[in-house]
Amino acid sequence: MGGGLIPEPLRRLPWRMLLPLALLNLFGSTVLWSAAGGRMWPWAIMHMVHFAVFLAMAVVLARLPQHLFKQVAYPLYGVLIVLLVLVEAIGKVGGGSQRWLNLGFMTLQPSELMKPVIVLVMARFYDSLPPAMTQSWRALVPAGALLAVPAALVMLQPDLGTALAICFGAVVVVFLAGVPIWWFIGGGAAAAVIAPLAFFFALHDYQRKRVLVFLDPEADMLGSGYHITQSKIAIGSGGIFGKGLGNGSQSHLQYLPESHTDFVFATMAEEWGLLGGIFVIAVFLLVFRWGMGIAQRAPDRFSRLLAAGLTTTMFFYFAINMSMVMGLAPVVGIPLPFMSHGGSSLMTNMLCIGTIMAVDRWSRVGR
Amino acid sequence: MARRTTRTTSGTLANSFDRRSIVVGALQGGLGLLLATRMGWIAIAENNRYRTMAESNRVNLTLIPPRRGWILDRHGEPIASNRADFRVDLIPERLIDVDRTIDELAPLIGLDAIKVQDIKDKLEDARGFQPVEAGSHLDEEKFAAVSVRMPDLPGVVPQRSFARQYPTGPSVGHLVGYVGPASGADYEKEHNPLLITPGFKIGKDGLEKHFDAVLRGVPGARRVEVTAGGRIVRDLETREDIPGKPIKLTIDGALQDYAARRIGLESASVVVIDCHTGGILALVSMPSFDPNSFADGVGRLEWKMLQEDDHVPLLNKAVRGLYPPGSTMKPMATLALQQHGVDPEERVNCPGGYRLGSRYFRCDAAHGSVDMRSAVEHSCNTYFWSMAHRVGYDAIAPVGRMLGLGQQFDLPISGQRKGIVPDAAWKMRRYHQAWSMADSLNASIGQGYVAVSPLQLAVMTARIATGRTLQPSLMFGQPAPAGPTLPFTPEQFAVPRDGMFRVVNGSGTGVGSKIVIGDVRMAGKTGTAQVRALTSRGTVGEWKTRDHSLFICFAPTDAPRYAMSVVVEHGTFGARAAAPIAKDVMTFLFDPRTAWDSLLALEKEWGGTPAQRMAAKFRTYAARYGTSAPKVGPEEALEAAMDRAPAPAAEQPNQDVITPVDTPHGAASPSPTPAATAEPAAPASPTEPH
Repeated sequence: MGGGLIPEPLRRLPWRMLLPLALLNLFGSTVLWSAAGGRMWPWAIMHMVHFAVFLAMAVVLARLPQHLFKQVAYPLYGVLIVLLVLVEAIGKVGGGSQRWLNLGFMTLQPSELMKPVIVLVMARFYDSLPPAMTQSWRALVPAGALLAVPAALVMLQPDLGTALAICFGAVVVVFLAGVPIWWFIGGGAAAAVIAPLAFFFALHDYQRKRVLVFLDPEADMLGSGYHITQSKIAIGSGGIFGKGLGNGSQSHLQYLPESHTDFVFATMAEEWGLLGGIFVIAVFLLVFRWGMGIAQRAPDRFSRLLAAGLTTTMFFYFAINMSMVMGLAPVVGIPLPFMSHGGSSLMTNMLCIGTIMAVDRWSRVGR
Repeated sequence: MARRTTRTTSGTLANSFDRRSIVVGALQGGLGLLLATRMGWIAIAENNRYRTMAESNRVNLTLIPPRRGWILDRHGEPIASNRADFRVDLIPERLIDVDRTIDELAPLIGLDAIKVQDIKDKLEDARGFQPVEAGSHLDEEKFAAVSVRMPDLPGVVPQRSFARQYPTGPSVGHLVGYVGPASGADYEKEHNPLLITPGFKIGKDGLEKHFDAVLRGVPGARRVEVTAGGRIVRDLETREDIPGKPIKLTIDGALQDYAARRIGLESASVVVIDCHTGGILALVSMPSFDPNSFADGVGRLEWKMLQEDDHVPLLNKAVRGLYPPGSTMKPMATLALQQHGVDPEERVNCPGGYRLGSRYFRCDAAHGSVDMRSAVEHSCNTYFWSMAHRVGYDAIAPVGRMLGLGQQFDLPISGQRKGIVPDAAWKMRRYHQAWSMADSLNASIGQGYVAVSPLQLAVMTARIATGRTLQPSLMFGQPAPAGPTLPFTPEQFAVPRDGMFRVVNGSGTGVGSKIVIGDVRMAGKTGTAQVRALTSRGTVGEWKTRDHSLFICFAPTDAPRYAMSVVVEHGTFGARAAAPIAKDVMTFLFDPRTAWDSLLALEKEWGGTPAQRMAAKFRTYAARYGTSAPKVGPEEALEAAMDRAPAPAAEQPNQDVITPVDTPHGAASPSPTPAATAEPAAPASPTEPH
């Protein structure tokens, strides 16, 4: 990257992370091309366009000063809460659940944006909290309230996956903010009690079924266990080197459901085998290490919590999706960032990347 | 502890962040490793298992039903063959909306309301995997129309296959049976995926059922790549089926067809046996069902038609019908009498009846002085009564059995009924009554308790004609070895043969059926079996109460080649219904052209061939009942109907005659007389004891 040919701002970009990430996206496009039966349209080309657009967005985002992030944190959070209520209201009026707002030129999914924004607002909250108070209830109750409102609204949609993602990001920020460790141990114990209760009383039938199916997918091979079983067949039959590009019978003959969205990893694994899988996992781990490294090097509390929290948000996508396709987690509709077709999740993740890049810039050139 | 007491500063928080972020980072890396390991496990350790599963997803193996072995007649002409066919099946399990699918399908393949109703009936009874035939014998255009719509019609399977074809239809129905889709019970017996392959049929009755294992063959297989939705992407590999082996029968297909058609509107059976080998040349029972239409399953109207027909078309009367043989017993009886020392030249005076104790048994006429031959010729009862009285009936029954009466033969035909050749022990066992002389007199002229099948009559005739213990056989080239030598001299055999010759060619009861083809002559014996003693002679009145008409014969008389029995249910006396049929069938064997001429003339009066008449009847039913006929019972009901005991009239032969003949007061019992007698004669009133 050296030499004076390349302008300074471009040279400053974190290429060690961006290059593998771009390769991962290109790889994703290849898989989508194959999943579409060897056609660029509609998925592969859109995937690349999306990535280019959101990468530009991330680069712009990376140039914004820290005070701007701090300033918009609460207002942005407020706007999203309003939008979530709006989505819920429109859904009720329209007679059915809805997650999208049609803005005319694009559809907006407020719950998706809430994933990075909850981290932002949490980081903002703990940044402004006097250190002494982190040990008291005042460190937890407001944060709990900040989390509860959007989590509840998203659960109402109902969108368990997104609600979990929001909670996960927020809880990790609380953890990293230094609140007493026994709160987490106690919380974990409480969750162990509440989880079964929630399973029986809070979950919808279809969600409950997914959990049961996860526990024993083969019991209902042609019904709900179908997704997990077919995904495992795709990954398992791929072997080490895969069946070769375009030879994945599971995806091409439509045995694998959602082969271009949630189960894109299985589509990839069938044709590229274990080697392709290792590549994908390695790129993700590289990105997470990059994010956590920036968090650890960051100059102030807000930056640290923000970078670590956003890394965790991306990690959550990866962890849940990959566990799901390999039969380690129930079927939850969460896509694999940078691989799955779909702009929303890519936008969220590139917002995370851009913000972490901003944190990186703050630690090098000041806020 | 220390930390909680000390003041928390931003410095301690930064420390805490460092430690905790390392934990978070480690968890991330740890999960990454876990996922990689998990993937390695699935992709390497379990690779074989999942590869097999992916392959079984991708590849669909469909069985190709094997072409069924042909059934050939003795000349190699097909009695049952196959022809290429376009058909459409429904798989109940895959149908999403049954009514909508059928409504869409009906106009495509031209199903009328009656057919639609039958298909819905069958779908109701079928289990999930069991294919139901929606249409067969489709033309290419209709077939293409369905094939094109396949993606919109899940559960509808159009395919090319082979359909069973019986060129002579109803003529061979009872002989060969029919084929049909396997029932749930069949599948439970034999868990073979072939049984639920659309288009595959198994033998349901008759020879088709008996030789199913031989005829079935080995299915072919077609491996295709399919999508999850069932759409075929491409063919991978096809293995041809191995057709079933043909079976060759002793049956003469043309003769079988001719005899069946010659029966016309009667309810009758004809059995013809080859006197050289014992091979059965024709085994006919009419009316029958059309095995061609049974192959598609039995619909409501067809079922109603078969059920309501008092001619019992579902019963194979040739082997399952039992009738009192009447006077056709007399030639056999002459052998028994000679064996017990009766001189054939001895004369008996027939004054028109026979006195036994206080009771008088009437003959059909006053025959005057008769010897053994003329007693057969004129069917004189008095002669046989007086002789039976002398030698005892116990001398006659064993000869009847020796000649095939009351016997079951080793034939691939299920449900042969043995019938009854009674004797004292039998009566004691069955009725706890002693055998009486009146029983002897009744039995000696083939009445009373005697009940035999048309097949047995034909065998008896063949044995009298040849003097050998011929065993009937049905498989060509595999004649059954003859039984023990019959204990009669050629001179003794000459008596019944002469008598039978004179029946037809002399001044006997069957002269109307004489044939003159070159030097070929026929010998025969008429018989009339009383169904009810209530009426004086069952020649008039309701069909069900009329006498059965029988005729046995063989030809040529000098060197017997063919032996035949004809039994016409309720055909009145033997010479009227049975003998003319026998004459024409025998003529067919020597002079087919003449025989066809007389048959074609007759069929004009009858309204066409059996198949044409059945079709006309079906149209009448369709117009009258439409879709209002009651639902057909399960398939088991049909099979039960074909296996069940014969028609009431034949089931309890002459029940009324089997009244104790010794009843002192005739008035108490309507018929003390052994009422069935010889023929032809003026109606005789039941004779009161004098």
